[in-house]
Order: sequence, then structure tokens, then C-alpha cells
Amino acid sequence: METIKNYFFMDMGVMLGRSMRHIFRSMDTIITVTITPIAMMLLFVYVFGGAIQTGTDNYVNYLLPGILLIAIASGIAYTAYRLFMDMQRGIFERFHSMPIARSTALWGHVLTSLLSNAISVVVIILVAFIMGFRSSAGVLSWLAVAGILALFTLALTWIAAIAGLSAKSVDGAGAFSYPLIFLPFISSAFVPTASMPSVVRAFAENQPVTSIVEAIRALLSSQPVGNDIWVALAWCVGIMLVAYIFAMRAYKKRV
Amino acid sequence: MPNNSIQVKGLQKSYKKLHVLKGVDFEVEKGSIFALLGSNGAGKTTIVKILTTLLKPDSGTATVNGFDVASKPESVRQSISLTGQFAAVDEILTGRENLIMIAKLRHLKNPRQVADDLLNRFGLTDAAGRGVSTYSGGMRRRLDIAMSLVGKPQLIFLDEPTTGLDPEARIEVWKTVKELAANGTTVFLTTQYLEEAEQLADRIAILHEGRIIANGTLADLKKLFPPAKVEYIEKQPSLEEIFLAIVGKKEEK
Ligand SMILES: Nc1ncnc2c1ncn2[C@@H]1O[C@H](COP(=O)(O)OP(=O)(O)OP(=O)(O)O)[C@@H](O)[C@H]1O
Ligand SMILES: [Mg+2]
Repeated sequence: METIKNYFFMDMGVMLGRSMRHIFRSMDTIITVTITPIAMMLLFVYVFGGAIQTGTDNYVNYLLPGILLIAIASGIAYTAYRLFMDMQRGIFERFHSMPIARSTALWGHVLTSLLSNAISVVVIILVAFIMGFRSSAGVLSWLAVAGILALFTLALTWIAAIAGLSAKSVDGAGAFSYPLIFLPFISSAFVPTASMPSVVRAFAENQPVTSIVEAIRALLSSQPVGNDIWVALAWCVGIMLVAYIFAMRAYKKRV
Repeated sequence: MPNNSIQVKGLQKSYKKLHVLKGVDFEVEKGSIFALLGSNGAGKTTIVKILTTLLKPDSGTATVNGFDVASKPESVRQSISLTGQFAAVDEILTGRENLIMIAKLRHLKNPRQVADDLLNRFGLTDAAGRGVSTYSGGMRRRLDIAMSLVGKPQLIFLDEPTTGLDPEARIEVWKTVKELAANGTTVFLTTQYLEEAEQLADRIAILHEGRIIANGTLADLKKLFPPAKVEYIEKQPSLEEIFLAIVGKKEEK
């Protein structure tokens, strides 16, 4: 329908406003997605940092990319949760019986995920600055970092959508994110992979988080990014596409 | 056709092996209140979902305001509104925000004004700024119905609108439904309460074992009651007795 198409972005704006309100009214969400990663950063820098040999003199610089990924991974658990709750309660049925493009209900959650994670990423970077994080990166490098983080968020958001749409319980909807939050720990996010036993090291060096972390780290410190950025992009886009297809399939099944 | 808001013919629906609707036929006249009566699991919600384009029928046709639900779902959605069996309100938003949200999604000119009018009409003005999670069951249901009235749709579906409400709240909902019909809105409601159908409906259909086993005005249905028995009963038979009598007859076969 012509009119429905014309209103698509307006309707999505209403959906976005709705779930952003959900976030700002839930202390739990704010604490988990912003304060926990910040606490982790404090812990690693001021408690463990002295004992960790990274070969750099500024551990905050080394740590920040991994912390950002953890923040995003815990943030999208709430995307799954919100989507699950909407499916459970009648509100999706109300939206779906109204004369609006049905997909706005789903895309509203995706957009919310992007925006809310962007906010927590910015807050965490500001705190990192206070803790001594410094970057020589120019505008283009920062844009590249923002692009990678946005792609990473989208990829995880579509995984979250699969969980939110097909979970049978609230716990199920949130549980999938634990391994995602864990992945950065078995990567070069906190310590160089060279220090790990060979099997762990092989996993760490070939999982997506390492290439993403390395690419962001290189961009922020104006080092050549080499292959890492392409590997990182390939992971993000690949995961996003596969997750999108499965999420859409789960969505079609429910509506 | 022009005088019918809803026209259903030979509607069938199964969930995997469970054959819920086995050929349902009925019509709902424009501007009337139609009550679909059935016990738990009879398939009332399934019919509502098909008519509101949330679910596709396996076979048969259903037309809502002249549009086929299967082939023209977008057109159907233009003129209907659904209050589902379970309150479809946003718990975290306030009552006012819920109404404004729906008004915006319906692209109305003055969402705040629309919201305030409905809050006032449903006695929710004092609670308008509170999160819906603090509302009582009755308030939630009233807000739910108010949300369905945003944009003045021609046809409203109410799936068990008074289940779980206390008698006072139930009477309030009844009053609202009567007002709606008085203003020309067609109301399709489902209920397990025979009294509710008796109170509200112009026509009553009884759904049992996948089919409409009785359909008519209250007076029509009362005629179905075995006359031999009527003689020995002092009061008028209630719909409940008629229902049990009809269901009983079917099961004897
Ligand atoms: N998604 C589904 N998958 C499988 N079975 C279902 C599904 N939805 C409903 N059913 C079954 O179909 C039957 C009819 O369900 P429906 O919800 O339409 O009944 P109802 O008349 O609305 O009942 P109630 O008065 O309890 O609301 C029930 O036996 C129910 O268990
Ligand atoms: Mg039902």
C-alpha cells in the first residue's frame, strides 16, 4: 500500500521511541550494558593490569576494544529480551492488526539496539579517556571504528532476534548471549594470544573477536590494519547475513 | 454484502493434528453487536485471529468490510481494531504514552488531544501519567479497549473483554460496548459468559466442536429450548440452560 510505505520511517520512529523509553526506564539495562563493562575496565586496568604483559605502555588503549565488544554483547541480550516480551504479550498482535507495515515492529528493535549500543559505546569511550586512553586516530579511522562496531552490533542483533523470536522462556531468550560475552576473554582482547596454550591459542586467533579487536586497536593507534580489517568485516557481514536469514524465518513462523 | 461487516463461509483451521475449526459460517451485520460464545478451547480466539489477519485459514473464506482477509489483509486492517484476549498494552509506558503511541501509528493529527479525550472517557485521567505496570486489571483492560478506539475504526474485535474482571469493571466494559454500538461501530466479541452475550449482543452464535451449532437473536435461541421443559420452569430459561441443552443434544448423537 502506498500510504503504508510513505509512513514506514515515521512508524519506525514511533517504535524506536517506545523501546528507547524501555531502556531509559530500566536501571537494570543501563547498569548491565554500561556500568558493568566500565567496572570491568577499572578492574583490569587497576587490579590485573600491572601483571599483564601486552607489550604496550598504555593498557587502557590495549583493553578498550575488547571492553566495547563485551558491552555490545551484553547489550544485545536485552534486545532478545525485549523482543521476546513483545511476542509474549499481546502488543505485537496489536501492531500486526493495525494498518502499518508489519516489519516496523521488528526493525524498531533493531534500530533501538544500534542506537542504545552506540550510546553505551560512547559513554565507555569517554570513561576510558578519563582513565588515560589516548588515540592518534584521525576522523577517517574513527569512522572506520564506528562502522565496524555498528556491523558487529547488527550481526549480534540479528542473532539476538533469532533468540528472542524462537525462545520458549525469558531465560532462554537471554541465555544465548553468555557465550558471546565470553568470547572476548578467549581472544586477544585482554592478553596477547602468544601467552596461551596452543589449542586455546589456535581458537583465539581464528575466532571473530580477535580480528575485530585487532582491527579496532590498529585503527585507534594509527597502525597499519593489514588483513585484520577484512577478516573482521567478513566475519561481521557473514554472521549478519546468516543470522538475518534465520531470524526472518523465525519471524515468518510467528506472524 | 454492503450490510454485512463480516462474512464467513466454510472456515477451517487446524494446528498440526488438532482440527479446531471444521467449517464455520456466520455473518455479522453492520452496526450490530455480535457475540461468539464458546467454552475454553472452542476456537474463539482462532476465529478472531483469522478475521484480524493474524492467522491464515486453511480453507474457506472470510470477508471483513468487503475485503477478503487472505488476499487483501492490508485493506482489512484499515478498518478494524483488535483488543486481544490478553491485554495488549505496553507495561513500561504510561497510560497516556500508550494512547499517544497508537494515535501516532494511526497517523492522527493531534495525538495528545486524542489520548486525553480517551483517558477522560475511560476514567483514566488521574492514572494517565503512571506506568501501566501499576494499573489494576480493570484499568489495564479499560486502557486496552481505549487503545482500540483510537482512530475510530468501523469494526472492533473484543476477545473475552471481561474475563478476569470484577463485576463492577465488567459492567463498565459493557457500558462502553453499548456506547460503541450506539455510535454505529460494529462490535464482534467473544465470551464464555452467557450472561454477557445475553446482555450485549444483537446476535449470538455458539461455537462448539469446530462448528456454529446455533446462531440467532436471544429470542431465536430461546425457541431452541425444548418446549416441553419450559412449561415446568417458572422463570425464563437463561442462555446458560439453552447452551447446555443444545450442547447436550449434540453429544447424544
Ligand atoms: N498456536 C497454536 N498451536 C497449537 N494449538 C493451538 C494454538 N493456538 C490454539 N491452539 C489450540 O486450538 C484450540 C482452540 O484455541 P483457541 O485459543 O482458539 O480457543 P478459545 O475458544 O479462544 O479458548 P479460550 O476460551 O480458552 O480462550 C485449543 O485447543 C488450543 O489449545
Ligand atoms: Mg481465546
